[in-house]
Amino acid sequence: MGLLSDPQCRRALGRLLLRLNTPLCVLSYLSGLAWFLLLPLLAPRTYLSENAMGSTMVGEGSDLGPRALALARDFGEHRRREGGIPVSWLSHTMFQLGLEVHSQPFARTLPFPDEAHERYLVRGTNVFGVLRAPRAASTEALLLLVPCCEGGKNEQAVGLLLALAGYCRGQIYWAKDLIFLVTEHDLLGTQAWLEGYHGVNLTAMQSGPFPGRAGAIQAALALELSSDVLTSVDVAVEGLDGQLPNLDLLNLFQSFCHKNGLLCTLQGKLPPPEGPSGPGYAQSLRTLGLMVLGQAGGAPGGPHGLFLRFRIEALTLRGINSFRQHKFDLGALGRTLEGMFRKLNNLLERLHQSYFLYLLPSLARFVSIGSYAPALGLLLLVLALRALELWMRLSRSEEGEGEPPVGEVRGPSDPVPPARGGLLYLVPPILISVGAGAALYLLPVRGQAVATQHFPVGEAEAVVLALIGIYVAGMALPHSTHRALSGGGQRGWMTLKLLALLALALLLTCLALLNFSLGFLLGVTLVPPAAAVRPGGNRLPLALLLVLTTPGLSLFMAVLLERELLEAPAGLGEAWQRFLGALGQGLLQEHLHGAHLSPLLCLGAYPCWLLLWNVLFWK
Amino acid sequence: MAAPLVLVVLAAVTVRAALYRSSLAVFIAERVEVASPLNAWKRVVEGLALLDLGVSPYSGAIFHETPLIIYLFHFLIEYAELVFMITDVLTAVALYLAIQDFNKVVFKKQKLLIELDKYAPDVAELIQTPMEMHYIPLKVALFYLLNPYTVMSCVAKSTCAINNSVIAFFILATIKGSAFLSAVFLALATYQSLYPLTLFAPALLYLLQRQFIPIKLKSKSFWLYTMQYTSLYLCSLVVIICLSFFLLNSWDFIPSVYGFILSVPDLTPNIGLFWYFFAEMFEHFSLFFVCVFQINVFFYTIPLAIKLKEHPMFFMFVQLAIISIFKSYPTVGDIALYMAFLPVWSHLYRFLRNIFILSCVLIFCSFLFPVLWHLWIYAGSANSNFYYAITLTFNIGQILLISDYFYAFLRREYYLTHGLHLTRQDGTEAMLVLK
Repeated sequence: MGLLSDPQCRRALGRLLLRLNTPLCVLSYLSGLAWFLLLPLLAPRTYLSENAMGSTMVGEGSDLGPRALALARDFGEHRRREGGIPVSWLSHTMFQLGLEVHSQPFARTLPFPDEAHERYLVRGTNVFGVLRAPRAASTEALLLLVPCCEGGKNEQAVGLLLALAGYCRGQIYWAKDLIFLVTEHDLLGTQAWLEGYHGVNLTAMQSGPFPGRAGAIQAALALELSSDVLTSVDVAVEGLDGQLPNLDLLNLFQSFCHKNGLLCTLQGKLPPPEGPSGPGYAQSLRTLGLMVLGQAGGAPGGPHGLFLRFRIEALTLRGINSFRQHKFDLGALGRTLEGMFRKLNNLLERLHQSYFLYLLPSLARFVSIGSYAPALGLLLLVLALRALELWMRLSRSEEGEGEPPVGEVRGPSDPVPPARGGLLYLVPPILISVGAGAALYLLPVRGQAVATQHFPVGEAEAVVLALIGIYVAGMALPHSTHRALSGGGQRGWMTLKLLALLALALLLTCLALLNFSLGFLLGVTLVPPAAAVRPGGNRLPLALLLVLTTPGLSLFMAVLLERELLEAPAGLGEAWQRFLGALGQGLLQEHLHGAHLSPLLCLGAYPCWLLLWNVLFWK
Repeated sequence: MAAPLVLVVLAAVTVRAALYRSSLAVFIAERVEVASPLNAWKRVVEGLALLDLGVSPYSGAIFHETPLIIYLFHFLIEYAELVFMITDVLTAVALYLAIQDFNKVVFKKQKLLIELDKYAPDVAELIQTPMEMHYIPLKVALFYLLNPYTVMSCVAKSTCAINNSVIAFFILATIKGSAFLSAVFLALATYQSLYPLTLFAPALLYLLQRQFIPIKLKSKSFWLYTMQYTSLYLCSLVVIICLSFFLLNSWDFIPSVYGFILSVPDLTPNIGLFWYFFAEMFEHFSLFFVCVFQINVFFYTIPLAIKLKEHPMFFMFVQLAIISIFKSYPTVGDIALYMAFLPVWSHLYRFLRNIFILSCVLIFCSFLFPVLWHLWIYAGSANSNFYYAITLTFNIGQILLISDYFYAFLRREYYLTHGLHLTRQDGTEAMLVLK
């Protein structure tokens, strides 16, 4: 109790806090950023923690290349003939391979047309075969998923899946069921299958009774391939809402890539040469940046992303065929998959040993929560310092001068004149901000029918344009309304700012736990204006800062930054198109898969930002 | 003053009715912070089902309500939502009336002490004025009815609301000076959740003060009154327990309710301090630590009774807070009850030192509970340590809040008698330091 209960000490601390507030805030913010930039240097090497997968050796005996290609050609032919997924051929082939075959039809009407994938009323069928484990009761299962997209993509993946299924059928060591799943309409099919398998209905997906089940799925791999040979395999980890699979699954994949001499990449980037200096650091940082952007977006990085919510550890593997000299055939990938399944087959309990909360600056190194949390912690410290300063100034103004020493703090800055009328003057700005957030969340999708009736736009366009319209209108609202309602003077804006700071800190704290990347990006953008904003004086620079850091514009910046990090810089026009696409996709993700990004931004970040905007224009 | 109260009640009922109809009701009812194994509505329904089948409701290990509650809902199950809303409103009204009366007493006492020149000359600004005190009862009702904790507790149909109501009526009876009703309600509260037993001390102190009986161990009238109150309390407790026995015709409820409270066999996570410790502990130590943990609730009564014997209502408030922090299955409904008393002590505001930080801690923790629960139970990326860390922070926040209030209260009393401007022996300005 000593330090804080001694009034002398408290007063000294308080004075220090008031006098050094701005330097401390700047220091804290900069060290938060610096901490993040140093993360690639702090990252230790990954290691396999799971005992059951580490010490046991497996030998892969399959050579699936030619067979996979033959099956892929057959599949492609049937697909072209049927103009969709050839259900009967797939079922027949799987049956011939000795699997227990089921198919699951599903249908889904999108809330508004999806322009990126050109779909609105979606109908499809998932086909899956179960290889029952010969050595155990069907209590646990492993899954291999191949999404069957439109166009000629992923034929080779289906071929490899069938070839692998045929090979696995001949082996006797399986202790877990193997499920071989081919889904239609990529994520939609996967969502329908997962909901059906677990007997829940989270979204408005319509599907019939689920035909057959295996055990509880322990791990899943999704495969995407579109060429006969490949130069490298890219692995995607980010799931829905930034959830990540257990790091051990990634370690397992990496160790088998080493064993089979496959080249593997993360975010399309090769692992940097070892030794964290020069180009190595730059590339690590770039990979880390891409991962942070991907995770913050909350969109699944591949079909595996939907499994994580059902507590199934999953990865997506993408075969890449680039201009490199050295190419692999499908056999090498087949052996990798076989080896991974054999090791997963040895699991005695769910994957839980290794990390769930991590960032990856390269495939071989990781940053755990303990290392990256201080970066956001330092950003939050800025908000805490500012809030404390405001509170001290507010409570001082309440006491006035000539008060007895009751342990409160006196600082050097001017006392604030007290205001009348309680806290009622805070109600309109708060109501307006929250209301604008709710309108932003509800209106675009609900009001699309009205919009298409009265304006010459398509439904998808209407939704995106309404979103932008409401967003911008919300920015104008506080300025025009509180002219009639304002009051409270100096005290008023200080209290409002205090509330805004606390709300922002609360939002960022919760986000830091749920989706660190999103929390960090919002923190980096929103903390400086939140700390700096105040009415009066020259408003222009502050207004500019606030507009530049509004969540909507941050999204646009993120689009630009992502292209930059991918080393494929986009012009403003292209970036704008991508930005519009991202808005539409963000809304769709929420309705199709229950992603949290758009509600969080609409109901959390946007009202917080509006409160700050209100503070700026306080009379 | 009745009109604003009616408005508050209407607002509270509207919020509750709206929430009952929304999809949030199911979500809230499932939250471990709101419904404990002791008072979850699901368990009441289970008990009722067993009772209807002619089986003892305590024969499963699910049901831990008292027999009176199950018979209450046996008749009122159709109107459960209404019952919970009415209970909340009754609690608020009881608190409103109690505090109104209490304020009059405080004012009279203050006036008397001023006339007797017991206060230091320069403490005019510390004196509570009727203007300040006018809205306190309303604020108390408001704090209780519109506190998100109470609302959630009511929407989850946690029987904690009924316990709170009984305690509120006990406080009302005590303040009104009715020893008989006070003892009856205290017995009911004890019967419901055992821990209100510790409220016996503040109630007795208050009644003694009201009767102008000096609290001296040598005085005969003190012992007489104490014996009287104790026997009233014990008699009503025996009557209630016997009534329960005759309702069910068995003593099953004693181990299933009080045994369950005291021995803490259900380690479902909640906002309390017990579950994690006992989940981690070796079995053969658990008896010892159960005793240590349970003594916490009862132990503080003695020093507090000595320190606060002149201020039984403040004692009551601190004791309520201690119960809600240290009881074995706390829920947010328990916290809401003592939080309703915060406006009564609004005159201590200037002496509170960490109120801003502590309220921020409590608010942040309240939001982090569901987040960490999600990470632990659904996402699987966190574990029980994360959730317990927040539980711990939340409880430390509460403890610091109460000690802040306690210290502020003592300091105000000190200033009242010694004067606001203290001087040291050498004539410089002095200040009070807590060591």
